[in-house]
Amino acid sequence: MSDSKGEFEPKIVVYACNWCTYAATDLAGTSRMSYPPNVRIIRVMCSGRVDPQFVLQAFADGADGVIVAGCHPPADCHYIEGNYKAYRRFELFRKLLETMGIEQERFRLEWISAAEASRWVQVVNEMVAQLKKLGPLKPNLEVRE
Amino acid sequence: MSEKPKVAWYWCASCGGCEESFVDLAERLLKVFEAVDIVFCPVAMDFKREDVEKLPDGSITVALINGGIRLKEHEEMVKLLRKKSKIVIAYGACSAWGGIPGLANLYNLDEALERKYLEVPTIENPKEVLPTKKIIVNIPEAKMKAELELPEPLPVLLPLDKVIDVDYYIPGCPPTPDVFWNALQALLSGNLPPKGAIVGASNRSLCDECSLNETKPEKVLVKEFKRPDKAKPEPNKCLLAQGFLCMGPVTRGGCTALCIKGNMPCTGCFGLLDGIVDYGGKAISYFGSILDYSPVEEKEIKKAFDGIPDWIGTIYRYSLAASKLSHKAGIKKPKRIKEVVEI
Ligand code: SF4
Ligand code: SF4
Ligand code: SF4
Repeated sequence: MSDSKGEFEPKIVVYACNWCTYAATDLAGTSRMSYPPNVRIIRVMCSGRVDPQFVLQAFADGADGVIVAGCHPPADCHYIEGNYKAYRRFELFRKLLETMGIEQERFRLEWISAAEASRWVQVVNEMVAQLKKLGPLKPNLEVRE
Repeated sequence: MSEKPKVAWYWCASCGGCEESFVDLAERLLKVFEAVDIVFCPVAMDFKREDVEKLPDGSITVALINGGIRLKEHEEMVKLLRKKSKIVIAYGACSAWGGIPGLANLYNLDEALERKYLEVPTIENPKEVLPTKKIIVNIPEAKMKAELELPEPLPVLLPLDKVIDVDYYIPGCPPTPDVFWNALQALLSGNLPPKGAIVGASNRSLCDECSLNETKPEKVLVKEFKRPDKAKPEPNKCLLAQGFLCMGPVTRGGCTALCIKGNMPCTGCFGLLDGIVDYGGKAISYFGSILDYSPVEEKEIKKAFDGIPDWIGTIYRYSLAASKLSHKAGIKKPKRIKEVVEI
């Protein structure tokens, strides 16, 4: 994807937990905060519901970056320890990205509470900037001359 | 003219184990020979490619193809067999998901060739000869030159269904004779499952047919992952509950839990259950669920995961080439393969 000036515009898929991060993205909207339009938000009930397969599927389908975001540990998770599960999974998932030669900056696990709209905006801004530097993921996954 | 169904069996990048599983049908093999005509089977019979080319399109009833697609020759042969066959079956883990040779997709082919032909301690290759597309061999005694065309490797290993349309899959590394037999019965009876199905195996996880399942607690939580080469599993107790990374919960059943009977954890050769799209992704999800630490114990979590040696080989032992990422990013076409070499 590129904008009218031909600059690379990264596509970011976000898995946001219903109770915290999704509420924060809502709050950012109702507070009329602005942030880059590169994110596609998928609401899930809990960060613990996000299977690493979802993230791999997003990369395979053309995402340049993926954010999984949920409630702060230890005690904010609506389901008590879904965020623990997400944490342990994505700790290992990062190792997978490293072995497969995919830059760590392409994946973020974030804790963003329902009140932290500004944190949400900051995370999106940071990630868009990082991905613009890295460029699209796809060419790396094609076998090249 | 016989009216028996015609069967072809071709091997691609294979270890020979899948062919062995055919032989392991033992006396049942005689029934197979009674029921079908084998029209192509390079491992055991002297048919040539031309023999297949001469057959009318669609005249082979079933082509069984094992091994991963690693060479241009494999690619050409499976395309030819696709044209000549009504049903194409990916036989075994390599053909279905890349299998163990698919783990080479973590390396550029140049790196793999250098390792194999130059660096391995058992190799003696002072002239640093690597595979080439064509070799011209001078034979001074006969005052002649002989030319050899070698099949060109592909930059990464591909599962069969990334090259041709596949009708069915028979899982396992190798499939067990019983699984193969069940699949053959289903196919020869004309009682065909829907296209794309796994035949001969189950769609329940391996735990479902494991005799240790009764000892598996409702909720498995472990503090560390144990390795069977460092610690000895207690018999008669679910290996996972003891901390051994058994892939049973995320693996398709059908083998009757063979490895567990030998006191070894399952490594996942029967592959993905229906609905799983990436075996390694699912495995990570599962490891994360059973580890008994909270995020504040970050160091312990890292330590536990560091206890998994060759961890890509653990989560993708048989399926890296079929994973969503399929190979390491940035893999390039090989540079070290020369067009012609004269020796
Ligand atoms: S599936 Fe297993 S037994 Fe069959 S060729 Fe591959 S490595 Fe060998
Ligand atoms: S985890 Fe392994 S040992 Fe335990 S029941 Fe499942 S297959 Fe059997
Ligand atoms: S126990 Fe697992 S690794 Fe062993 S044969 Fe069965 S599916 Fe394959």
